[in-house]
Amino acid sequence: MELKSRTPSGSIEKRWDQHRFDMKLVNPANKRKYNIIVVGSGLAGASASASMAELGYNVKCFCFQDSPRRAHSIAAQGGINAGKNYQNDGDSIYRLFYDTVKGGDFRARESNVYRLAQISVNIIDQCVAQGVPFAREYSGMLANRSFGGAQVSRTFYARGQTGQQLLLGAYQALLRQAATGKVKLFPRTEMLDLIVIDGKARGIVTRNLLTGKVESHLADAVVLGTGGYGNVFYLSTNAKGSNCTAIWRAYKRGAALANPCFTQIHPTCIPVSGEYQSKLTLMSESLRNDGRIWVPKKKGDTRRPDQIPEDERDYYLERKYPSFGNLVPRDVASRNAKQVCDEGRGVGEGGLGVYLDFADAIKRLGKHGIRERYSNLIEMYERITGENPYEVPMRIYPAIHYTMGGLWVDYNLMTTLPGLYTIGEANFSDHGANRLGASALMQGLADGYFILPYTIGDYLSSTKFEKAEASHAAVLDAEASVTKTTRRMLEIRGKRTVTSFHRELGKLLWDDCGMGRTAAGLQKALKRVPELREEFWQNVNVLGAGEELNQALENAGRVADFLEFGELMCLDALQRNESCGGHFREEFQTPDGEALRDDANYSYVAAWEYAGPGKQPVLNKEPLTFDYVHPAQRSYK
Amino acid sequence: MKLTLHIWRQKGSNAAGRMVQYEHTKVNPHMSFLEMLDVLNEDLTAKGEEPVAFDHDCREGICGSCGFMVNGIAHGPQPATTVCQLHMRHFKDDDVLYLEPWRAKAFPVVKDLVVDRSAFDRIITKGGYVSVSTGSAPDGNAIPVPKMNSDLAMDAAACIGCGACVAACPNAAAALFTGAKISHLGLLPQGQPERYQRALSMVAQVKQELFGSCTNIGECEAVCPKEIKLEVIARMNRDYLKASWTERGDAARAED
Repeated sequence: MELKSRTPSGSIEKRWDQHRFDMKLVNPANKRKYNIIVVGSGLAGASASASMAELGYNVKCFCFQDSPRRAHSIAAQGGINAGKNYQNDGDSIYRLFYDTVKGGDFRARESNVYRLAQISVNIIDQCVAQGVPFAREYSGMLANRSFGGAQVSRTFYARGQTGQQLLLGAYQALLRQAATGKVKLFPRTEMLDLIVIDGKARGIVTRNLLTGKVESHLADAVVLGTGGYGNVFYLSTNAKGSNCTAIWRAYKRGAALANPCFTQIHPTCIPVSGEYQSKLTLMSESLRNDGRIWVPKKKGDTRRPDQIPEDERDYYLERKYPSFGNLVPRDVASRNAKQVCDEGRGVGEGGLGVYLDFADAIKRLGKHGIRERYSNLIEMYERITGENPYEVPMRIYPAIHYTMGGLWVDYNLMTTLPGLYTIGEANFSDHGANRLGASALMQGLADGYFILPYTIGDYLSSTKFEKAEASHAAVLDAEASVTKTTRRMLEIRGKRTVTSFHRELGKLLWDDCGMGRTAAGLQKALKRVPELREEFWQNVNVLGAGEELNQALENAGRVADFLEFGELMCLDALQRNESCGGHFREEFQTPDGEALRDDANYSYVAAWEYAGPGKQPVLNKEPLTFDYVHPAQRSYK
Repeated sequence: MKLTLHIWRQKGSNAAGRMVQYEHTKVNPHMSFLEMLDVLNEDLTAKGEEPVAFDHDCREGICGSCGFMVNGIAHGPQPATTVCQLHMRHFKDDDVLYLEPWRAKAFPVVKDLVVDRSAFDRIITKGGYVSVSTGSAPDGNAIPVPKMNSDLAMDAAACIGCGACVAACPNAAAALFTGAKISHLGLLPQGQPERYQRALSMVAQVKQELFGSCTNIGECEAVCPKEIKLEVIARMNRDYLKASWTERGDAARAED
């Protein structure tokens, strides 16, 4: 497979402008002749659907939830970055570009990241015009706050609900187009296969989740905005329904999947409380601005935190990283928490937790000061744990939060399969091996509002389309395969529930392909995952019928894909013999325990190509070059 | 902990439903309400009985998917809390709980505790937006917005569209939901050009969907997990009333 990144050359500031000029346009009168399918209605999917409909294309937008407004983008708390420099603190598009490439540990494409930074300023303008109620100063001007990995204040926010407000803006734009008839919405409809005709993506097969009806939808191009695969770990901060099915089925139809081992672990989540735990809840990382992280010095110390004297506590981040202290980046904070827990010094039931203590901050700022800064987070913590953080330290533990890997896309956001585009978290493009805070919202909206609507026109106008017929063998074949898989799952009637398989897979991947990875552990997982998959297809128990709302059946299909996806993730982690960003291979670390990158051998994007059932997938490499930001070791000491 | 659950079971939208009793003996006080149901569903599946269907997704109280009545209260007894964020420590051993879906003509039951809330999407489709196409926006700071207006707009925009307000209302009115969107946009300068048209056409759609009329009872505010205030209904009524007298636009004509 040839990976043509279509990255423009020339000075980085001019690449996107030049590229836009070079692309072919579709005549306004011809736009209404093209049909585009968008799967997913999150920030990327909703903004892309709305923008393409505004241009005149006919759009069909699908989501598995009961309304497009429920997509998981809604849960993003912190904010969205933009290089506006409204604070006059030295920010610029170039600085945002620089921070993002460095934060990604030099595993992203420079051209893409620069374009993202350029577009960031338009996103804010667009969202304000839509009525997104961003936080404001008394002057009436937009407010900003600072965020991890940057020394400027460039994050725009709407209280702790930035994702919700941006999504509602995009959702409203989408419904405005639904009112005009340019967008047709398909809620409670799940994509279960991709239709490829003559080497081009021409449609999808869906299952109506209310009636079970399997249907085909044909189009001239297909766009996936289906989010990340964090739920492969079972416990993550993702919504329960978030899944990898769309990108996985696309992979099996010929789209390359890039860097699946780049997963992000967020250091401040509420720890697991029992076997029944269904998901993890994130606490904004801003808490680390005032909270001090510690564990007891002694192993297995079960005293209450207030019974442990100061000199028997280990403020391990402050001890190891005196200059950044509790504010080290996400990956470093997470790894250190795991390390102290592995040493047997973790706190709380099960020993998987560390304290985040506000006692000193309360002394300094008063309870009132803390309440003013973090009241909503503290209430949320109290609601979930029943503990009062003003009295006892919070307990936190890292959790899977975001996935940087995804379908490989070129500069136009097109996958290796012509006519198939991927946007938002579902693609691999802009964050390298680690995403900075407040950058996910920026990327989803950049792709949807400002990149895809241009680039898709270039493909449509330069491609000759034969009329796709519903009776085409490829369509019938895809439909039949969906129906067959669904029926097969319902007929097994084994002994184990879908969730029990998912939980076991998640535990296995968390242990061997989570925060710390070793070749031995990965090999073990590569042996165990296929065994578990085998058992799933022999022994899973899915009750009910296929012709009705059947949540166990929906879940079974998603878990079946995770059972395949997990294997590829481990394979990718095993081939990458270096540590970078969220990928930490324990064999590759500096003498003081930091990630050791290997730029000479691993400065590439790993794009995996499906080779058929039971066959080892093929690894393709896209070399990365850095003309502007030169790779260096990150240091936070 | 041990609970007795009476859960509404209904096979499909046209099937007859009934309350079914379950003894749940594996309740842990640290579980969320939905995790408690997960455990019940695992046990039902093991016994060969179909699990209880309920909508849920983010499980952090922001997506608005979940929601059902717990002993007659939308989202259960904890104020300002969606049922996914409600934890079992707020219940006692041997409690008897009745779980029912949202009851409203405009929200037909789909299955068990799942209802069809697509009426909400259709209300937004009728004007719950600012008609600005991608690319035509001025600089974000070109129009200052008074902080107070921006904060009030945010209070209203916090609505998650869960439908608890409708379920709690004796009239099954959608006034809090609709008022929240009309207030959010009507408080901002960006929402002004379409403000009155929006009120007319959104309210017209509410009627079409067969939601009831608001009689200022306030049950909606009491159960709203995002604490949306009744004042949004006052704002909606004012905009609607004014528009009914003064508007000459398409929406006003559509009313005739």
